[in-house]
Amino acid sequence: MPLSLTDPHWYPIASSDDLPFRHVYQGQLLGRELAVWRADDGNVNVWENRCLHRGVRLSIGINEGQELKCQYHGWRYANRSAGCTYIPAHPADAPARRIENRKYPVREAFGLVWSAANAELPFAPFPGAEAADWIALRPMPVNAAPEDVAAALARLAPDDQPAEMLSELVVRLAPVTWFVQPVDSTRAVIRGLHAGRPEAPLTVLRHYNEMLTRLRDRLERAAARKPQPAPLQPVFEQVSVDLATMPDIAVPRGNTIPVVVKRKWQSADAIMGFELAARDGHLPTFQPGAHIDVHLPNGMTRQYSITNGPGELLSYVIGVKQESTSTGGSQVLVERVREGDVLAISEPRNNFPLRRDATRTVLIAGGIGITPLLSMARFLDKSGLPYELHYFTRLGEQVAFRSELEVLHGRVEFHTGLPREASSARIAEILGEYSFAQHVYVCGPASMLETVRATAAARNWPDEAVHFEYFKNDKIIDNSTAFDVELARSAMTLHVPAGKTILEAMRQAGLSVPSSCEQGACGTCLCGVIEGEVDHQDVYLNESEKRANTAILTCVSRAKGDRLVLDI
Amino acid sequence: MPSSLDPVTRDLWHVIAATDELPVGMVETTLLLDTRLALTRGSDGAPVVWLRSDEEAGDEIDPETILERLPVKTAYGYVWTSLGTPQSELFPIPEFAEPDRVNMSCGSIGIHVSAPRAVENFLDMGHFPYVHTDILGSEPHTEVKEYDVEVSEERDEVLATKCRFMQPRAALSASGSIEVEYVYRVPHPFCSVLYKSCPEDETRRDVIGIFLQPMTEERCRAHLLQSMIDSTNSITELRRFQQTIFGQDKPILENQYPKKLPLDPRAETPIRADKSAIAYRRWLSQKGITYGVIPQAG
Repeated sequence: MPLSLTDPHWYPIASSDDLPFRHVYQGQLLGRELAVWRADDGNVNVWENRCLHRGVRLSIGINEGQELKCQYHGWRYANRSAGCTYIPAHPADAPARRIENRKYPVREAFGLVWSAANAELPFAPFPGAEAADWIALRPMPVNAAPEDVAAALARLAPDDQPAEMLSELVVRLAPVTWFVQPVDSTRAVIRGLHAGRPEAPLTVLRHYNEMLTRLRDRLERAAARKPQPAPLQPVFEQVSVDLATMPDIAVPRGNTIPVVVKRKWQSADAIMGFELAARDGHLPTFQPGAHIDVHLPNGMTRQYSITNGPGELLSYVIGVKQESTSTGGSQVLVERVREGDVLAISEPRNNFPLRRDATRTVLIAGGIGITPLLSMARFLDKSGLPYELHYFTRLGEQVAFRSELEVLHGRVEFHTGLPREASSARIAEILGEYSFAQHVYVCGPASMLETVRATAAARNWPDEAVHFEYFKNDKIIDNSTAFDVELARSAMTLHVPAGKTILEAMRQAGLSVPSSCEQGACGTCLCGVIEGEVDHQDVYLNESEKRANTAILTCVSRAKGDRLVLDI
Repeated sequence: MPSSLDPVTRDLWHVIAATDELPVGMVETTLLLDTRLALTRGSDGAPVVWLRSDEEAGDEIDPETILERLPVKTAYGYVWTSLGTPQSELFPIPEFAEPDRVNMSCGSIGIHVSAPRAVENFLDMGHFPYVHTDILGSEPHTEVKEYDVEVSEERDEVLATKCRFMQPRAALSASGSIEVEYVYRVPHPFCSVLYKSCPEDETRRDVIGIFLQPMTEERCRAHLLQSMIDSTNSITELRRFQQTIFGQDKPILENQYPKKLPLDPRAETPIRADKSAIAYRRWLSQKGITYGVIPQAG
């Protein structure tokens, strides 16, 4: 039977020993090259051996333990999902979550790593696999057709004890079971599993190695004499249309994902931790600073930052503040949601992208604002990049996620119970004088954000170096104006009367427009402005972005004049 | 000859050797577009190129006896030939003729990748901090700022302007980090010319040319030209600098997969920084180039 690119069978592609930590092994199966690597959590990744950007082999990439970094342009891909988490050429934009490398199914068993060209068949151990402990022999690559290699292995059996063909490419010649890994139509690797630990392991290993060397020489001589089949031609999957065009800065709203509340605990006074686990497999890639929308049982939606480190995709951990004044958002989570419950969450979105090329990264958190910064600190920590984390808590308030913070290697400082003036002075000290490639990220109560922004501005920090995320827009929205919007791409003109938002007017006209917080904080409804002056009322865009007048949040902002032309 | 040899590629001038390195009266051999060529130089200095049959490199030969010759041009220190009917002129690099410039060939380096992949790498600024660390780029300067790209109809070339990049050591004559301004031209499907701000003279620009000789669809030779304003460094030092840069690109290029350049925009994931590469791919596609590329289906 000729080899097929779509052969769904599982084959060994590496020995477990081939995958030490912080190494990328180049595997091969059915004409494809694979980048095979073990993450620090033990998970083995089997990916197509190409960076999605410019096709460079990921097997020459750098394994950072939870992410793989391409050597060509520094793109990073996450453990488990193979999703891209960072694009250094545009560090201020979070890459779209859906940039994902092609990956293959993987199982590690009996000292070997197994994979298949597709996930059609579940992994099944070979016959008799459970009956013994197995030791992987040294593999032997052979330049010969895989079926010829299997046949030659079978012929090694003595006449009185014929080999047992467990399948087309698996031969048992007790005590060894031989697997032929089909690399290509003319190439194979012989991988043997020896049952039980022999008394003189070195002698036994050497015996099989010499035997396989002789077999290889014979097979390669024979293969050179006969016509060679054409090599398999791997098919490279196309990227999606939206990725092939210039990427947008805003990520569209995706579908919801069901998650199970795996753990719920008191992380600090009035702060509950929730671990939301995937029901099956792993959750989507997120970038440090990203948040999810959590759909609550009472129909409300609230945003929470993901606190996880890189490549931790089996569950997301969020922190929820119990607020006595809460109108039912977080209170529902804290009081009504129990372990085992199923919730719907959105795909992660990132309005708070972290640069990973800074010379100095300062993270400033206030209270529950620690959540996105914890994730950022973990990413920087794993990559060995310098950072400092300052966590301000009020008197009597406790530090949330303390044990998670204490295992970090960077500079982590707790500032407790400082009065407002003292906090401001401390923040000024922390920021210091600005110099190029310093970045500060801040998350906390609005008053703290304002302090950091004002202090940074006074110390000549440019807007681009001060990063923050509001979950709430405390400003009073002025919606008293009336104007027209022309939608350039939709060829439509709408009137926006006083008391109604652009977003509402567009929806009323039958357009489906993504939005999330609807208070000018999350950036989901961002769209381009072609003409007209914008009356910005959001807290999402920074001052220079607002001055540029090229984007608008349609949920709160309006026109200063009587007309706006939007790129939608 | 491969079936993918399109008429446009066949009729182009292609670089094959550095003029100075071509021996007089002795056969040199090379490969161009899967075609074996032999070449030599007459006593008048003029190169002679023909389809190779049984000649071997190093054979002595009287160039007068070679009757069936391929077209030949010498330009920018290199010998150019064509397998078809080339236009009379090669693309212009006027700076080359300026009297106070140091013009030099910086060697010919074989690379196992298609010529268009090598051109695209030459146009790309995003890899500087990672591949040419501490020479052409370094962290934290990883950002590729917006730049302009146009396909000039009149001159039939891709032109990228206002490209700016922070470089620790942009040229041998540079001391310390400077923001370098680049202009890239792609005046030929397999050649590119780069103009960069010159550390020694603010009013002028250094010129670096890369001329790719497509040997097969997956293998090429890069011939490098430097035309510099540099009064202090020796030609050997200037050459070595450029060869260091190229030596860093080579292993990355040879790990690009597939080796031919895919022209379908959906084959790889472009970002805004890749504007010039996208324009280059589209330009090749519109010209009908099929050699060394994976054409867009349909």
